Amino acid sequence: MSRLSAQELVEQALAASTADGCVAYVVESTEANLRWASNSLTTNGAMRSRQVVVVSFVDGGAGMATGTVARTGTPDVAELVAASEQAARDAGPAEDAVPLVSEAPAGAGDWDADPAETSIEVFTEFAPALGEAFGAARSRGDLLFGYAEHSLTTTYVGTSTGLRLRHDQPTGRVELNGKSTDFSRSVWAGVGTRDFRDVSVPDLAADVERKLGWAQRRVDLPAGRYETVLPPSAVSDLMLYAYWTMEARDADEGRNVFARAGGGNRIGDRLAQLPLTLRSDPHAPGLEAAPFQVVSASSGSASVFDNGMATPAVDWIRDGVLTNLVRPRAWALKTTAPAVAAVDNLVLEAPEATASLDDMVGATDRGLLLTTLWYIREVDPQTLLLTGLTRDGVFLVEGGEVTGAVNNFRWNESPVDLLGRISEAGRTERTLPREWNDWFTRAAMPPVRVPDFNMSSVSPAS
Amino acid sequence: MQPRDVDESFLALPLSALAEAALTRAVDLGCEHADLRVERIRTQSLNLRDARLESLADGEDLGLAVRVVHEGTWGFAAGVVLTAAEAVRLAEQAVAVAQVSAALVTDRVELAPEPPHEGAWVSSYDVDPFEVPDADKTALLTEWSERLLAADGVEHVTSGCMHVKEQKFYADTSGTRTRQQRVRIAPEFTALTVDRATGAFESMRTIAPPVGRGWEYLTDGRYDWAAELAEIPGLLREKTKAPSVEPGRHDLVVDPSNLWLTIHESVGHATELDRALGYEAAYAGTSFATPDGLGSLRYGSELMHVTGDRTAEHGLSTIGWDDEGVEAQRWDIVRDGVLVGYQVDRNTARMGGMDRSNGCAFADSPRHVPVQRMANVSLQPADDGPDLDGLIGGVERGIYVVGDKSWSIDMQRYNFQFTGQRFYRIEGGRLAGQLRDVAYQATTTDFWGSMRAVGGPSTYRLGGAFNCGKAQPGQVAPVSHGCPAALFEGVTILNTVQEGGR
Repeated sequence: MSRLSAQELVEQALAASTADGCVAYVVESTEANLRWASNSLTTNGAMRSRQVVVVSFVDGGAGMATGTVARTGTPDVAELVAASEQAARDAGPAEDAVPLVSEAPAGAGDWDADPAETSIEVFTEFAPALGEAFGAARSRGDLLFGYAEHSLTTTYVGTSTGLRLRHDQPTGRVELNGKSTDFSRSVWAGVGTRDFRDVSVPDLAADVERKLGWAQRRVDLPAGRYETVLPPSAVSDLMLYAYWTMEARDADEGRNVFARAGGGNRIGDRLAQLPLTLRSDPHAPGLEAAPFQVVSASSGSASVFDNGMATPAVDWIRDGVLTNLVRPRAWALKTTAPAVAAVDNLVLEAPEATASLDDMVGATDRGLLLTTLWYIREVDPQTLLLTGLTRDGVFLVEGGEVTGAVNNFRWNESPVDLLGRISEAGRTERTLPREWNDWFTRAAMPPVRVPDFNMSSVSPAS
Repeated sequence: MQPRDVDESFLALPLSALAEAALTRAVDLGCEHADLRVERIRTQSLNLRDARLESLADGEDLGLAVRVVHEGTWGFAAGVVLTAAEAVRLAEQAVAVAQVSAALVTDRVELAPEPPHEGAWVSSYDVDPFEVPDADKTALLTEWSERLLAADGVEHVTSGCMHVKEQKFYADTSGTRTRQQRVRIAPEFTALTVDRATGAFESMRTIAPPVGRGWEYLTDGRYDWAAELAEIPGLLREKTKAPSVEPGRHDLVVDPSNLWLTIHESVGHATELDRALGYEAAYAGTSFATPDGLGSLRYGSELMHVTGDRTAEHGLSTIGWDDEGVEAQRWDIVRDGVLVGYQVDRNTARMGGMDRSNGCAFADSPRHVPVQRMANVSLQPADDGPDLDGLIGGVERGIYVVGDKSWSIDMQRYNFQFTGQRFYRIEGGRLAGQLRDVAYQATTTDFWGSMRAVGGPSTYRLGGAFNCGKAQPGQVAPVSHGCPAALFEGVTILNTVQEGGR
């Protein structure tokens, strides 16, 4: 069967368009995964998919309106274009209407090349190593659970303004959870990766084994505020929530934590006492992400009119001060502020910090060392108060040494408030957000110390 | 309502040819079981900001998947090209995946038997939302949003509607051939008020639940949208002026608009057998309700009767047959306060020593493997139980909770914390105005053990969500939960402003 290429589909859609503007894009994706429980593989899969998206822009006289239609496979392009034009005609004028982007961003990719692909073979070295880890765990009397996934998506974007952009996005993640056979002890290690070549199963397994050892001694502690060392994964899950809330329009309208009492937003406010920088950069080594925007539906933080817009490196917080918020071009025009797009990675750094997590534990007289956070949900948008659980390892540190494992806690904390209370930050390293890695894997964070983390109640869960 | 069949445009796909190609190839390759799913999922989302359409996105996901059991090991492969050749390729790939996995597998997959079924099933709805012109849908949402926005004190309105039409063809090597179609809809309206001077803001959302119905949900008057939209601005104004709650232990009357989510988190997920056995241990988590407690674990007070079903009319988890060809059923999960049942699929049914699956396998897309997902898990009302006024009337001092908002529960389903859309003080058996900054926090068995009264059938409502998450790769599932209002004694109440350290 002859199969139209992604590029041909984009060109056909643009050629079929009778609208005032058109953005067409195709996402080719392949994915392979392995899942395991109790030292045995459970589910697995190899998937291939293709999504074709057409966004039409129609000027009905009162202003430009838009409609988006998406289909999988190899749809009838003429039908797809007609449907999206009909949707645009049925919609009222869009509030975010601005001329479509016509300037090609840097790093537009090789339009003509075939899509990049992955397959189950990406696990050729990983799977036997995992088998060895299963064997070792079995002989120790431990159980391993977890998941490994690799995906490759190639996105081809074409616009009626002449842009032809392509981006290959590899995404990989591994989570390894170790438990005692009665499930009473549970620990975790995880990494993000682009290609699995940098994933060491022995390293992950050693981390799990070490923490299971720490958990041999159990200490029960009550709820309360504790000096707490958060490792990079836990920091990433908190910072991501703050990042996802950084919408300029919401702030300007007085409806998120970055709104200023009396009007306007808090850009320029000091959020962190330490000179921390929170930033995104599509070219961050190991965390490479698309250098241009691909948007199927407008929201307060992205606009279909901005498809193809360059997404350069941006500091959200610089030296502790709020510096930028996410702002589509239309809202930027309305508020005479710069257009700023979100990027699919996030880095938190303290300048010249060198301490590792182990160093920070070593410098702790009495406190808690966390492993990961879980089930994070917003309680109060006014302060961005979040709730969640500690998971897979809360350790008591005494005299610079881990002396046992503590029960889990439910915590209530705001990442914005926490920024102001971080008393020490270590060296930034690549990490995998435990809570959000279904959606976000490209993060680099430091371990941090918080003198008074709010553990609201005890969770009996292990 | 007319009995209907699945849309002709779906039945016109080469379903039988794909099934014969994939299943024949799988049997030739020595599979002890194979199934093929063809799915077409149409999704439309309309989102409005301040009564203007912000986005209208219309998606369709069409594809096929082959799942096999080969020498006791799962294999799965999915694609988007609907040809017999591709179906054969997927069967071969699924077997190859099983072979790669075999070296790392110690547990042999066995499926609880299910008699073959053949037929069609269509969910209960009147008006297919995809047959209604987009302009009409946008116009209705715009008009209602404008109404809210025009009200005193309302500064912003966020609103929208998501609707889904899911079509499935399932065939397996035992001879089952089913075709199904279901429709669901989730409209939402949120009013927001901002006090510019103090920087304070507060919102209130409609408590109308997402349901397994069509566009008529918005138009046929069975849900009183006009009344709900009319009362929100006043309720929101009252909320902004309400006193902050005194933390401590309080008696709670929980409205079904809030209680459904507590049931979902603390009973629904806790009684999934795959979780209880450890198959979700690294991700969604496990459960305190382990199989050794079946028939003896005291889950809650004797008033607690929870059922699982995939049959409730308009339920979001309601089906004809599940994604393993198992017929929809209804069964007890908690009876007289004791754990008596689990939700299972065919593999976990076997592990749990059950003769038959109760039909809880579901895959959220043609790309994903079916896993055990939630039935409609519902708390049954007391036949002679009080109405809402009767429940509130029985409380001297307490709090009445309406509508869901924030939710979080631990990985073993013990410790949870919920907020709501509004909280009322109860004094002397009557509502005495709203409270602010309220969250309730409890341990599952303590909470259900403190249930002192269960409302009667007049208080029973179906709540639910489109976006219940589980499994890796992540899957979302729609599910409903029916429940009456109920009274809980001595529940821990937090003040969320104090929790934030202010």
